[in-house]
Amino acid sequence: MKTKERESLFSAKNRKLIINPLNADNPITVQVLGICSALAVTAKLKPAFVMALSVVVVTAFANLVISLIRNGIPPRIRIIVQLTVVATLVILVDQLLKAYVYDVSRQLSVFVGLIITNCILMGRLEAFAMANKPWPSFLDGIGNGLGYSWILIALGFVRELFGSGTLWGYPVLPQALYDLGYKNNGLIILPPMALILVGLIIWIQRSRTPSLIDKS
Amino acid sequence: MYSNSYVFRYAAIMVIVVAAALASVAMLLKPAQDRNVTIEKMRNILAAANIEATPENAIELFDKYVIEEEALAPDGNVVAVFRGQKLEKGNIRPFEINLKEELYKHTKGQDFIIPLYIAEVNGKRLYIFPMLGRGLWGPVYGNLALEEDFNTVAGSMFGHDKETPGLGAEIELPQFESQFIGKKIFDDNGNFTSIQVLKGASEVLSPEKLIHGVDAISGGTITSNGVSDMIKSNLANYIEYIKKQKI
Repeated sequence: MKTKERESLFSAKNRKLIINPLNADNPITVQVLGICSALAVTAKLKPAFVMALSVVVVTAFANLVISLIRNGIPPRIRIIVQLTVVATLVILVDQLLKAYVYDVSRQLSVFVGLIITNCILMGRLEAFAMANKPWPSFLDGIGNGLGYSWILIALGFVRELFGSGTLWGYPVLPQALYDLGYKNNGLIILPPMALILVGLIIWIQRSRTPSLIDKS
Repeated sequence: MYSNSYVFRYAAIMVIVVAAALASVAMLLKPAQDRNVTIEKMRNILAAANIEATPENAIELFDKYVIEEEALAPDGNVVAVFRGQKLEKGNIRPFEINLKEELYKHTKGQDFIIPLYIAEVNGKRLYIFPMLGRGLWGPVYGNLALEEDFNTVAGSMFGHDKETPGLGAEIELPQFESQFIGKKIFDDNGNFTSIQVLKGASEVLSPEKLIHGVDAISGGTITSNGVSDMIKSNLANYIEYIKKQKI
């Protein structure tokens, strides 16, 4: 009995918690959570990256806190409790950013507050942290945060490169290309194009992972 | 399993714990946050004078270059002067004036005061006008530096709280800001024209009008219009002062 409880910190089961959300159980492309923020903050790479980082931190710790107190939460008000924990963490992150990395906080502006409304958080708290031990919950939070992150960063990369001709704010396309008549694509900066890009990612992902396709 | 009284007790305790934690964190971090806001304001003012300041040296550079701060009444009279680290006139340091509150008083028809910063850079005097306006999603703000003729723009800086990245948010980029240098806010007859932010300004405006106009951000029309309105309405408050200086 005792040996069973002493499961290693990174056992195969726990590793899966991190790896699964990156592809087969990706929060954006498979669970379809957190789409709105993925469209809103990815016009540029930098805000997409900082948003992704903040979401990883918040999902991990919200999962951890909820999992620690899961046995005392009255089921009837569990959503309110979850929301309170998420909101508290987000406000803490926001305050800390404002005090210690003011420049980053200015860059993010509204997006930090938007983390509260990110469906991934509530989804993971409800589906995982309420029923699992703290450590697996923490890993699940990190995994889902990372699954969200790589989509955001991929979108930010493509949209900034083709929309503004820059990456992380630095021009990367040679002037010679513009002299040949190349123009930045204004459409790609607008949210609808981000949705189409997400659609393309889902398409590629499903064609390579048959298990995701609904047989019926 | 869980009684009503348990639910209420749980909720009450949770709220109190969270409130106490957040309140203490906010109080603890307040001095650091206020300092950041002050430094940001100084950097923005210096940026209009084309001085690049880092968070570390902003206070030092501000004290070095900004030789005088004035508070003005709308009739152009100077009501407060802060020079050489001390208040020479009036009862408020112009740097401390809350522009938002003062402009609000203006819209209600009450008395208000507005700050003006005078910088000396490489032996040249620059007059820096802080401004505040409305963008698409929230406030836009900026500082415009005029040369000693109170007409030619020497530099500008714009910022925003939540404009769309890639679109309206581009107003804070040097490509946009640098367009303002050399533009004029009065025409040859001395009438106030402000500086218009207009889509394709360099194509649609005649050469004599182009000196009062800059190109807008494509895809950021409402933010661009906000900047245009901001410059006009804020500078208008300083016209009486400028007229007095020119005589």
